[in-house]
Amino acid sequence: MDFHTLIQILDSTIRLATPLLLACLAGLYSERAGIFDIGLEGKMLAAAFFSAALAAMTGNVWLGLLAGIAASLALSALHGLASITFRGNQLISGVAINFLAAGLTVLVAQDWFRQGGRTPALSGNGRFAPIDLPLADTLRDVPGLGPVYAELISGHSVLVYAAFLAVPATWWLLYRTRFGLRLRAVGENPAAVDTAGVSVVGLRYGAVMICGVLCGIAGAYLATALQAGFVKDMTAGRGFIALAALIFAKWRPWQAMWATLLFGFLQAVALRYQNIDIAGITIPVQVMDALPYILTVVILAGFVGKAIPPRAGGEPYVKER
Amino acid sequence: MNASATPPAIELRGISKAFGPVQANRDISLSVAPGTIHGIIGENGAGKSTLMSILYGFYKADSGDILINGRKTAIPDSQAAIRAGIGMVFQHFKLVENFTVLENVVLGAEDGRLLRPSLARARRILKDLARDYGLDVDPDAVIEEIGVGMQQRVEILKALYRQAEILILDEPTGVLTPSEADQLFRILHRLKDEGKTIILITHKLREIMDATDTVSVMRRGEMTATLRTADTSPEELAELMVGRKVLLRVDKAPARPSRKVLQIENLRVADDKSVERVKGIDLDVHAGEIVGIAGVAGNGQSELLELLGGMRPGTGTVRLNGAVLPLEGAGADGQARRRAGIAHVPEDRQREGLIMEFHAWENVAFGYHHDPAYQKNRLWMDNAALRADTERKIGKFDIRPADAWLTARNFSGGNQQKIVVAREIERNPDLLLVGQPTRGVDIGAIEFIHKQIVALRDSGCAVLLVSVELEEILSLADRVVVMFDGRIMGERLPGETDERELGLLMAGVGSQAA
Amino acid sequence: MDKMPKWADVVLIPLISLILAAILSALVILGIGEDPVAAVKLMVEGALGSTYGWGYTLYYATNFMFTGLAVAVAFHARLFNIGGEGQAMLGGLGVAVISLYVPWPHWSVALIAASAAAMLFGAAWAAIPAYLQARRGSHIVITTIMFNFIAAALLNYMLVNVMRPEGSMDPATARFPAAVHLPTLNEILAPLGIPFSKAAPANVSLLVAIGACILVWALIWRTRLGYEIRAYGHSETGARYAGISPFRITMIAMLISGALAGLMAINNVMGEAERLVLNSTEGAGFIGIAVALMGRSHPFGVFLAAILFGFLYQGGAELALWTSIPRELIVVIQALVILFTGALDNMVRMPLERLFLARSRRRRDRGEGAPLPERKPTRPGE
Repeated sequence: MDFHTLIQILDSTIRLATPLLLACLAGLYSERAGIFDIGLEGKMLAAAFFSAALAAMTGNVWLGLLAGIAASLALSALHGLASITFRGNQLISGVAINFLAAGLTVLVAQDWFRQGGRTPALSGNGRFAPIDLPLADTLRDVPGLGPVYAELISGHSVLVYAAFLAVPATWWLLYRTRFGLRLRAVGENPAAVDTAGVSVVGLRYGAVMICGVLCGIAGAYLATALQAGFVKDMTAGRGFIALAALIFAKWRPWQAMWATLLFGFLQAVALRYQNIDIAGITIPVQVMDALPYILTVVILAGFVGKAIPPRAGGEPYVKER
Repeated sequence: MNASATPPAIELRGISKAFGPVQANRDISLSVAPGTIHGIIGENGAGKSTLMSILYGFYKADSGDILINGRKTAIPDSQAAIRAGIGMVFQHFKLVENFTVLENVVLGAEDGRLLRPSLARARRILKDLARDYGLDVDPDAVIEEIGVGMQQRVEILKALYRQAEILILDEPTGVLTPSEADQLFRILHRLKDEGKTIILITHKLREIMDATDTVSVMRRGEMTATLRTADTSPEELAELMVGRKVLLRVDKAPARPSRKVLQIENLRVADDKSVERVKGIDLDVHAGEIVGIAGVAGNGQSELLELLGGMRPGTGTVRLNGAVLPLEGAGADGQARRRAGIAHVPEDRQREGLIMEFHAWENVAFGYHHDPAYQKNRLWMDNAALRADTERKIGKFDIRPADAWLTARNFSGGNQQKIVVAREIERNPDLLLVGQPTRGVDIGAIEFIHKQIVALRDSGCAVLLVSVELEEILSLADRVVVMFDGRIMGERLPGETDERELGLLMAGVGSQAA
Repeated sequence: MDKMPKWADVVLIPLISLILAAILSALVILGIGEDPVAAVKLMVEGALGSTYGWGYTLYYATNFMFTGLAVAVAFHARLFNIGGEGQAMLGGLGVAVISLYVPWPHWSVALIAASAAAMLFGAAWAAIPAYLQARRGSHIVITTIMFNFIAAALLNYMLVNVMRPEGSMDPATARFPAAVHLPTLNEILAPLGIPFSKAAPANVSLLVAIGACILVWALIWRTRLGYEIRAYGHSETGARYAGISPFRITMIAMLISGALAGLMAINNVMGEAERLVLNSTEGAGFIGIAVALMGRSHPFGVFLAAILFGFLYQGGAELALWTSIPRELIVVIQALVILFTGALDNMVRMPLERLFLARSRRRRDRGEGAPLPERKPTRPGE
């Protein structure tokens, strides 16, 4: 593997890691507040469709992004209604949301566009274009760092930069602000938050809504930046890989970035090579596909550092003594 | 101080609250003068905690008014309660376990959107509070790494940090040793001297007599009396609490202990977090005697009982009728214990002794579902036989309502406990383990259950009783063993000791008697 | 204190949930410019109007009975097995191996062997998440989700790299030999003089599924093991008190659950496709969640709910064929059923409970409902 190939794979890693990272951070807000969310996949899918649909209809990708976020928020609100207001089972609610998105997107796509459950291909202002960072072309020929800057760091869509900026922002919000303190507290012991005079319901809805916004951006990125339009089931399990990354990262923002980069790298490699030869042993591509899940199971099993979720996670808050 | 000029710090008028069909509070009125300590006493389930939770905005009253310093105040949520100057220390602390003391104090009372200035200010204020009230706590300690006494201080600090003028404490001594409790009361008196109003909720008569200026008694959701503490006596309060003269002693013949049934040597047991809770104890229980284990909750009694009942592993030697019992592995579970002749009335009947969603007849087999009498053949359980057995037990133990098809949840606390007691006693065990037999049980059922335990003793069973109610231990046990910090502090005969001496032993003070 | 009579819990709540789901589905159909009444008519006709329709309805229902029972058994132990999909895939692998590589004299013997293999493979796939839950406390929902994906990758590898016949471009095994062909309903009913569609895939597996419903009922409510599973599901500390090993119950419940999910493969792989293809399960593992929720984890409820979903699937296919409504409508309905009978259960339950509370103060309880995983009581304190 030469240097250029490596740069290409890493470049592809960043692009593939972006939706994972956004969804992973989305899950981080929700789960840190004590609301399990296995509906990340569904929210991304809904956002992917509605962003592509609006972008296709208006030719404006920003309107598409807003529509995607709105769709994701609607599903988040549903999750909040079920798991916060009606204290239902958060996992079952997540399952329902995944199916709802899988069904509704195709149904509506068929009704609107009649192209077999997809949107028309997006082009021009209907997509997020790559942004060339200053001096990218000038520095391209500098050996070593030049290509790294010009190809790896520069030339991504605005959503990619937003995703990576969201990491320090999340860290700061979580550990340096009042909101973050309360958010972390409500995921550990909601009764402490409640008796301190802060609304558990409000905080949890807040977290679930942030989760919705981030999932919305993730979905919009998939359909309007990574690819040019929506196709049926285009999230292809990314919501679950993000969930896996969240566990891998033990619910912490910086680690979430590294975990999603790792999983993005695995996807990039799987995309480029069918089978990989390492020291004479052929690793089939399916191993690459399964690796994020296998790694997550290993982490969950606690053989490599135990992943302890927020203590109040998954449990509806009922006032009781 | 002129009482008529100063409005009461707190006044409640006609507070009522129902949870579904249960009327927890009925038309309650109360008035507490500022700068006093007011006690509210009542049995478990009398509605004390509900009332205080209403005052703290945790529940909403169905009707009635709350007046703070003479002004009618709506308290729809905890935030409103805090604004009205009310602070509450719950029985189960409301702390975030993996946060520091400082973070817990600041939570919900931050100065602004950024954390650092809040934390810095809180650190200064905590220092002042520590100086003013003797409330020393390391602000950077993580909650899960400090003891319960310290955690309680954090709760008090939380209230003071929010400038509470009225402090409510719900059963604050339940988890404390007597010396920690003494410290707490010193702090409370200091707070009172500074002009704070304190409401102390407890079911312990002694605390009321020692610490309060005035006292209210609650029974079955109603406020039955409000008195000046100086004008009343424990006997009067006890009577007001339960509604009639209490039988302080159980009628029983002297014990006639015979052979050793249970022999424990150097037993060690750890809890779920691998913290050693029983730290090498030796204990014998003979046939025909009741050995009572006294101690503040959390000093290893529960773990001891759970080990003997097969619920957790341990090390050391335990002999039953001379035969060594395995203390870990497959041969040490509840089934093996039952086969060996141990019956177990667990401390928490709702989480352990019964399956609340099961019918009464299913619960009668619980733990004994391997009994051949309940099987049709190798595969099928004989539900008809189970139901017949249940009908018999319902009659014999006067379980009401007499309905084998009712689920456990639908019985009152006393009748739930009767189901458990009936099931365990009817086994004619060699050893009966009993944990908190009368917790949350009405007085009539208490007497009945005590009588059953004594009757079993008289038939030659060895009984090991764990209770945090000293009164129960003193009236029921033939021998009292006090546990403190996982060790046995001493052994006394009920007739030759009193609550004061036992209290000292429970606090870890006293001679290491054999 | 109980708030509702048992019939309300068992019949009324699922019914109301179903009606709510139906109303919303009708709105969805209206929203995409179709006529819901015509759609229902078409579905009923397509799914129930002919033995051909019935044959498909029952074929789907057979799948859902297996996966629904799988989820239900785990629910009784308060375990949420979301991995039915992966376990059913592995079951398919087991069936394929048995059917392809062993020469069978007669379908009946082959069916027994294939059933055993399907259950074994399915149970094995459930065993690892079960073990990790029981011994290491790894959340079984997450691990079973992960195992679904790992199963998909494994199957993909097996079909592309190992079991694909030489020269074939299709990621699928060779067709199974004729000897392992399972009798269809047509072949079973013909000797009795009952005409049944030849083309419909419903087969003898349906009888196996009905048998499984009865066996699971007996297991849960008539055996000691069922007693222990239910006790553990309601209270883990209670189970420890009674000497019921949480490890043992977790393992056994999940092994049974995985075996039931795996057993589905005798229907879809052996009975219908007669070869193993990629994505042979078609999401049936997930539909099992809806079926179990709808059926209140009771085998009879699962049986009815499976038939309902069988009807929806066949009806939905007919809709897709004759109108512009895509098959995904069924996925939406399925989502709504899961939503209302599962996650929004309290939304339906709370007003009803108040209604019944007003009417009576004491009633007999539901004794046979499985606990939903991790559901907390909805009423406060004292």
